[in-house]
Amino acid sequence: MEFFHEPHIDWMGKKWYFISLTLILLVAGMASIAIKRGLTYGIDFRGGTLVYAKFAQQPNLDAIRSQLKKENLGGATIQGFGPASEHEVIIGLDVQTTTSTNALDAGKRDIVTALTGLYGTGPEGKVDFNNASPQTVAEHLIVADPLHVAWKGSDEAMRTYRELADALVNFRNAAPQSGLIGNLGDLKAVPGVTPAVLEALGKDFYLSSYAVRNTEIVGPKVGGDLRRQAVYVTLAGLGAMLVYIWFRFELIYGVAAVIATFHDVLITLGIFSLLNKEISLTVIAALLTLVGYSMNDTIVVFDRIRENVHLNKRESFYDLVNRSINQTLSRTILTSGLTFLAVLSLYLFGGEVIHGFALTLVIGVIIGTYSSIAIASPILVFFYQRVGKNRGGVRPRALEREPAAVRR
Amino acid sequence: MEKKIRTRVILIAVAIVACILGIICYPRNEQETIGFPTTWQRMKENVRSRIRMGLDLKGGTHLVLQVQVDDAVNVTVDLAQERVQDELRSRGIPATVEKKTENGRTYLLLTNIPQEKTGDLQTLVSEQFQDWDLTRRAGDPNARELSLKTSAAANIRNQALEQSKNTIRNRIDQLGVTEPTIADYGQGDYELVVQLPGVDDPTRVKDIIQSTAMLTLKIVRDGPFPTREAALASHGGILPPDTELLPGRRESASEGAATEAWYVVDRIAAVTGRDLRDAQPRPDENGRPSVNFSLTRDGAARFARVTAANIGKQLAIILDNRVVSAPVIQSQISDNGRITGSFTPQQASDLALVLRSGALPASIKYLQEMTVGPSLGADSIRHGVIASIVGLLAVMAFMLFYYHGSGINANLALFLNLLILLAALAYFGAVLTLPGIAGVILTVGMGVDSNVLIFERIREELRLGKTVGAAVAGGFDHAFLTIIDTHVTTVVSALILFTFGTGPIRGFAVTLTIGLLANLFTSVFVSRVIFDYVLSRREKGEALSI
Repeated sequence: MEFFHEPHIDWMGKKWYFISLTLILLVAGMASIAIKRGLTYGIDFRGGTLVYAKFAQQPNLDAIRSQLKKENLGGATIQGFGPASEHEVIIGLDVQTTTSTNALDAGKRDIVTALTGLYGTGPEGKVDFNNASPQTVAEHLIVADPLHVAWKGSDEAMRTYRELADALVNFRNAAPQSGLIGNLGDLKAVPGVTPAVLEALGKDFYLSSYAVRNTEIVGPKVGGDLRRQAVYVTLAGLGAMLVYIWFRFELIYGVAAVIATFHDVLITLGIFSLLNKEISLTVIAALLTLVGYSMNDTIVVFDRIRENVHLNKRESFYDLVNRSINQTLSRTILTSGLTFLAVLSLYLFGGEVIHGFALTLVIGVIIGTYSSIAIASPILVFFYQRVGKNRGGVRPRALEREPAAVRR
Repeated sequence: MEKKIRTRVILIAVAIVACILGIICYPRNEQETIGFPTTWQRMKENVRSRIRMGLDLKGGTHLVLQVQVDDAVNVTVDLAQERVQDELRSRGIPATVEKKTENGRTYLLLTNIPQEKTGDLQTLVSEQFQDWDLTRRAGDPNARELSLKTSAAANIRNQALEQSKNTIRNRIDQLGVTEPTIADYGQGDYELVVQLPGVDDPTRVKDIIQSTAMLTLKIVRDGPFPTREAALASHGGILPPDTELLPGRRESASEGAATEAWYVVDRIAAVTGRDLRDAQPRPDENGRPSVNFSLTRDGAARFARVTAANIGKQLAIILDNRVVSAPVIQSQISDNGRITGSFTPQQASDLALVLRSGALPASIKYLQEMTVGPSLGADSIRHGVIASIVGLLAVMAFMLFYYHGSGINANLALFLNLLILLAALAYFGAVLTLPGIAGVILTVGMGVDSNVLIFERIREELRLGKTVGAAVAGGFDHAFLTIIDTHVTTVVSALILFTFGTGPIRGFAVTLTIGLLANLFTSVFVSRVIFDYVLSRREKGEALSI
């Protein structure tokens, strides 16, 4: 099957549409960034504290908020995370609230104190199973010896209970519990668990109704350094591309490709601002991947232009670029479509942690494909029509010499 | 033709077998023994142990810390100040020496130097203080500034960083954390990154890493006094030469409650933490937790001499410039000692650990801390695997639908591409992170690009009326340079990403790079072999399914 059978689209004739569309996207994005006083950065760039907690029941955000206020954390942000059925919440503190240089984790400790204040500590002397390590679980089981293996010697008992504890904790950590079980009786499902084991666990453990799944604390210095580095690294990436394309093609090809790619980065950042999404470290990684991808796409078109320049020396550069785009159109659509499928799957199924990354690529694949046709190629045409005068392609001097040879 | 295909098929088969073995039973290092898996269970375990997962997948703690290397420079300047004073005295140069810190530069200010002695001072510095620069001070002809040479200061800073790294590594190893990472971080700001897999409550580890654990034993000259003022007052406001005043605590005999106390102690330590051979937590005769230490031969000789000369006096045991206890010296002690204080058993064993691992030459500031709970890691793995499989199936289904028979070819190549990627991760012990899984998915998307480029080119050649064989050859030839160009740009951006990021992002750069390199082999070489094989079996005139 085939989507396009030898298309004859006048792409270069539509350049004003492209320029308008690009300008609209750029202006909208930049306006959004300007109105919001810059991009929204993630915790890794901004500095601060994030605590990801999972609750057994739907958490009452207002109650958490007022409890945090009691701990002098009035500035904390609280937001749901992932699907509502997962009862997950991110509590965030800005770096100002946590800049104490000696105790980086002061904010985190305050948040945990607030949560314990709200959800209570367990019965006296009991350990929280939801936040216990396998080591702790094993130690308690060895003392209780519900499987009666102590007579086999302490090494054997240690091994048996350590394995059992690992299985219990793995069960707790695996889906669908995801770190939080509501009832110790649920542990029946773990192989090797007998009623005696459950009873022993019940004596020593209780179940808190929340678990801290993840914390991120970034000091102010790291954030500032990273922001600067992210800019340098993106520019370095573009610079490296420019040099490579210059080496493989010609300077103007490199310039056109780099402008197109830079355009992709700007528009993606703009869309992020419009969607109120945070720029995190993984988003920067995705942006750099996008730089590679967009270049990749541009190079395929450029490669064909170069080839056609060699093959056919009479055609105007304008027609030649159109023809090259049309020849590669099928491949362009297919590859972008397939890459889009792959990153869309990442966006839909990859989970919350990687959302920003996947979103960048979903946007980037579309923009990157668009820019090869709508930005990079018109720049080449513009250059050779207005500035270059000669027909472009590789080694213009060689090209100039050849017509003379023909005349002779 | 037949025979050429056979050698290439054998080459591919060897590659496949090597990859599979790499994933299921290739030992990562020489000590490791890992057998050929005989059961499905063993197989799963082997695969799991082959593919190293990053902190974000298996859970753990990631710390970024900064070594305050200027501490080490400060100590050097302090020591120099004493030496300068001694030397000036012995050479009869009357001058006052003060330590000054201005705009982050620490130097010694020498004032009231008589004009005729400046030459002597210059000689002294060039003979005894080669690492130092002596400069005039603006506006005061009788003053000089003595500052460390830039190269010498840089040396001290780098040494402090290296020594801190070793000390931290020792401490973490002794805690029994498996496969920790301690590495330089950032660019020249004396930062370290510490990764602790499986540690999901980092508080204790952080405290242990952070404790400077500077142990010194000094003879008490006077005290204890209840306050600093009282101590100074009893000496008429000026401490005796070569002594210093340190805070500490004294246990009142009645209830074991400790009160603040100040001690006047020798400035020069009898022994320091460097003289320690070992330190172990042991209960004392009253069953209270304490730390026993033993000294090296040098340290023991010095300690014996000092204790013998000071029987009946108190010996201050000083940790990080605080007196933790000050027992009376009953008799000569040579190579053993004990630190008591009101420790919990945990504190005693942590103290023993940090003493064993040596002192940090500089204090430490934490810049970043990230903890991933194991349950979140497990979730991420599950999500990542689902997304990969859905993405892979969607792409494969599309290739079959669009290219029919040749779609099978592309899918085989894609499958082999992923196999090589996994094997390379196992062979090199590269770390798979969540963004790394994203890299795998992206490899799927961008990997088929090579096949698409080739196939579209073959179709074009066929449209131009070429024979099937010529079209296939032409398709591969024409697409090859384009494929190289596109791969280079993507790999370059991945490599730049590698130098920029840490942990998770590096994992992404690694999988993407390996995936694309493997793709060159599968799309250009393997795909071609499959085409050649199909063509060789094809009856004359039959069309190519593409």
